[in-house]
Amino acid sequence: MTGEPTGLLHTGDAASLPGAGNTWIDSLRQAGARRFTGLGLPTRKVEDWKYTDLRALSGSAWDHPAALADPVETGEDASAVLVNGCWTRGDRPLPDGVELVSLARAIEDEDDVVRSHLGSVASLARKHFVALNTAWLADGLVLKVADGVRVDEPLHVTLAGAPGAQRLAWHPRNLIVLGREASLTLVVRHLGTGDYLANLVEEVVLERGSRLRHYRVQDDSPDAVSVSTTEVKVAGDASYESFVLATGAGVGRNQIAVELGEPGASVRLDGACLGRHRQQLDTTTVIDHAAAHCTSREAYRYILDDSAKGVFQGRVTVRKHAGGTDSHQSSKTLLLSGRAGVDAKPELEIYADDVRCGHGATVGEIDQDALFYLRSRGIPLDEARDLLIGAFIEGALETIGSPVAQELLLDHAMAWRTRA
Amino acid sequence: MTEGQVLYKGEDLLEMEPEERAQSGLFLAFQYPVEIPGVPTVSFLKHAMNSVRKAKGESPLDAFEFKKIMDARLADLRIDNSMVRRPLNAGFSGGEKKRMEILQMALLEPELTILDETDSGLDIDALKVVADGVNAMRSPDRATLVITHYQRLLNHIIPDRVHVLAGGRIVRSGDPSLALKLEESGYGDLVTAA
Repeated sequence: MTGEPTGLLHTGDAASLPGAGNTWIDSLRQAGARRFTGLGLPTRKVEDWKYTDLRALSGSAWDHPAALADPVETGEDASAVLVNGCWTRGDRPLPDGVELVSLARAIEDEDDVVRSHLGSVASLARKHFVALNTAWLADGLVLKVADGVRVDEPLHVTLAGAPGAQRLAWHPRNLIVLGREASLTLVVRHLGTGDYLANLVEEVVLERGSRLRHYRVQDDSPDAVSVSTTEVKVAGDASYESFVLATGAGVGRNQIAVELGEPGASVRLDGACLGRHRQQLDTTTVIDHAAAHCTSREAYRYILDDSAKGVFQGRVTVRKHAGGTDSHQSSKTLLLSGRAGVDAKPELEIYADDVRCGHGATVGEIDQDALFYLRSRGIPLDEARDLLIGAFIEGALETIGSPVAQELLLDHAMAWRTRA
Repeated sequence: MTEGQVLYKGEDLLEMEPEERAQSGLFLAFQYPVEIPGVPTVSFLKHAMNSVRKAKGESPLDAFEFKKIMDARLADLRIDNSMVRRPLNAGFSGGEKKRMEILQMALLEPELTILDETDSGLDIDALKVVADGVNAMRSPDRATLVITHYQRLLNHIIPDRVHVLAGGRIVRSGDPSLALKLEESGYGDLVTAA
């Protein structure tokens, strides 16, 4: 497929993007544009996109946010707020050793970290949305934590969508770099109303011995297509822990690719997708055990009601020299309706000996005996169901390592039960 | 169920939802209570009590009022407080599960309790907890139907009436001595007589 009929790509505006005229950023954008022109939007004939239907992206043409949108009340007290993909404010004092600036400014300033890392983690190969995002590289945030700086208190970032009556697409890019032995907890919250495509790409670089806890609440507009791509490079003895709670968007895709590049690196990718109506919630992960003695854990949980659809694709590659790999993956789904469904596809590619790799997937309904037991004690059917769904949610969120973030995500997930 | 009705206070029990039966004052102690990991026992108990209270038109208990009542019942039944801090029945021993059933009965204060083979697989300590719980609830406005195959439980819960059910019919009724006699002679005579 060449060309792109929906107006997602129009290179004519590139001259007005931040840093335009600087060769390094221009050529990065051009590479992205060329790549996306070649790839186009993925169809279900593309292996990675077999289970998720992107037809919601066709139809009337897309506009791109002209300038900063009017301030939007997000009801959040956050260290950074992006509205329609553009940095609008950062109004919380930052801990010492933590830097948080807009990508647009960092590009204009030719920031060293941005020059050395931007585009180096998120590859353009086969990645339709990364290519599109790169073509539009303009804003987002740059978050740096200095060597040895450890911050317990979570840092909050809000990505809000407010296209008004327009049909907008935006492509923010976040660059997160943790120095040696640094640690940080980051909570990213997506929310919005209206019809939009939010195409976020995050590049994460974790230097030796560092630790990032990266939590996301995807509560985008029910009319939105929300694609988040997080690509992570984990150095020796560093660890990346992610939890994605997805309740929003008509089509929500969370793709995470992690490279465990040196011995002792570890990753934990967990999440919960809570869907109803005709929502499609997709989790696609790639874990690359590129060095010996690395650990990966993955657990995704789905609760799907009405005609909602879940997708879990989890690829784990263990390279030839990655002996001593310890990897486990699981997906569990609770179906609340006969019309809901999930496609679960674990893919293990193991080229090394002496590895421990496991995976498991289960799909079930509400336990009727448990339901009867609760009802036999006077608890009405709806409330008994809520209790059992709540129990499943609690189990799903128990791996969240930060108590503050856990409470926040748990509140959001529990509230999902009674939302329309 | 092939024919007939089950009437409770003039209402057809079979037409009622499980929660409606409970709300109207019926309590069935299960032979094998279900394990429900993830549902904390305390919140389940409070939820159940308030559901029954709501159906009776009573105001819900707040956390403080509920805890006072629960602590009192735990003490009455000599049940350790740690049990209610665990998920409902999850990993409970057979005896603990039966204690939990009796605790629920004591909290919900039903008018009619049915103990279905509650004594199966119980050690003597757990048996006493069950019996003490039932005996404490005895009053002229409450009834308890104890279904058992053995005399053992009836040494601790002295029945007012004993009915022998065989082949789907009550074949003999009598006072507590009937159960004792059965323990000696077995059911054989009664079954052939029927």
